[in-house]
Amino acid sequence: MTEFLDTNLGIFALILAQSLMVVVAILVSLAFLLYMDRKVWAAVQLRRGPNVVGPWGLLQSFADFMKFMLKEIVIPAGADKVLFLLAPLLTFVLATIAWVVIPFADGWVISDLNVGILYIFAISSLGVYGIIMGGWASNSKYPFLGALRSAAQMVSYEVSIGLIIIGVLISTGSLNLSDIVRAQDGRFGFLSWYWLPHFPMMVIFFISAHAETNRPPFDLAEAESELVAGYQVEYSSTPYLLFMIGEYMNIVLMCALMTILFFGGWLSPIPGLPDGVLWFVGKVVFFFFIFSMTKAIVPRYRYDQLMRLGWKVFLPMSLGWVVFVAFLARFDVMGYARYVVGG
Amino acid sequence: MGIPFDKAVRYFLLADILTGFRLGMKYFFKPKVTINYPFEKGPLSPRFRGELALRRYPNGEERCIACKLCEAICPAQAITIEAEPREDGSRRTTKFDIDMTKCIYCGFCQEACPVDAVVLGPNFEFSTENREELFYNKEKLLENGDRWERQIARNIELDAPYR
Repeated sequence: MTEFLDTNLGIFALILAQSLMVVVAILVSLAFLLYMDRKVWAAVQLRRGPNVVGPWGLLQSFADFMKFMLKEIVIPAGADKVLFLLAPLLTFVLATIAWVVIPFADGWVISDLNVGILYIFAISSLGVYGIIMGGWASNSKYPFLGALRSAAQMVSYEVSIGLIIIGVLISTGSLNLSDIVRAQDGRFGFLSWYWLPHFPMMVIFFISAHAETNRPPFDLAEAESELVAGYQVEYSSTPYLLFMIGEYMNIVLMCALMTILFFGGWLSPIPGLPDGVLWFVGKVVFFFFIFSMTKAIVPRYRYDQLMRLGWKVFLPMSLGWVVFVAFLARFDVMGYARYVVGG
Repeated sequence: MGIPFDKAVRYFLLADILTGFRLGMKYFFKPKVTINYPFEKGPLSPRFRGELALRRYPNGEERCIACKLCEAICPAQAITIEAEPREDGSRRTTKFDIDMTKCIYCGFCQEACPVDAVVLGPNFEFSTENREELFYNKEKLLENGDRWERQIARNIELDAPYR
């Protein structure tokens, strides 16, 4: 068995099995996260939320899944068929492959890439193509407007996300996500994580994550009161499902990034307790809960306010912070320079 | 400068979001107001105008005397009645059809009826899988009357003082 795993085929089979495991685990947990999302909005609005399918409605997402799979795929007459069907697939695939470099626990990562964060950043930049393609290929007005808005929005907020990540990278001295988590391992439990030294950037990263994933208050791409459903208007059935899963996967990915960059990934918050995958999952679920609550409590931004926030508040702040962190790290100020490798 | 200092501080400390979050959490734990519908139903007024029914007298004789007042008053023209004398000489309907897809539930037929025969009962859950099932005939209406007689009689009795 061990000999087989050393051959090229064995390595391939191993990675395939790991990828399958991760994808299935994420998809199943996504079903329950969607359910949780709906329950949270319902609770804030004094409703009960889904409660009929399965005990407490736990199987609601699976019923919805069946519905999406069994319905007819409607392709508009004037649409570019290839692009129209490619767009949701692209969104879904890009959202899925980003999980390759996410460390769930120490060593629990499919590919321990040296440039993990760069890889994620590249993949999430590509994510905008799925939306633009979907909006353009629909050959319809609302999807096109939604796609234009969303492209501008995602590009603007990626800039500040990039700068925030650079701040973390300067303190760590590595682009490897596992190394970033290891660098946060300290004697003081959750006080030695990066959220404390990088506090303002942690908040800005979280807000930018909302904009990046087109969630309220930045859901202008699908602002239902003006654009019906934005780039998703013409989509039905399985393509729509792929869009939606891709979107939610991106949200969970952003929660995972938040956990890894600022909240110590799999590390336990209290010194002495064992680290492990459960801490990682717990933190991700917690941030997902905040995402849901945000959707329940905030009104939508106006488009010019969105752009102003991105370019005139977040960008200068994060740029200034990069300079600040670089300065502190240069002079080895505690908390800002914890090189795991090199140094 | 144009921007007041305290407003700027509130903006950068996300004070409004935090207030909103606290309010959201307060509502999060409040008891839910939704009625758990198919398993739990809200109260209905005695005047509730639901599914149409034809009533009978306690001895089993049908009340309708084929005066056609309901047919005449129906604003949606949903009622069709044909009548001829029965063997014992009394005027009875041979056909009493109500098109429930036309009915607007105004209750004029109930108001017009001199013998309290045609009534709008308390039942509102009579959806069907096809359109044809909503074309009620006399049999279906009498069957409705038999099924809901107890509630219908009670509702009429409760509402009588106000008529």
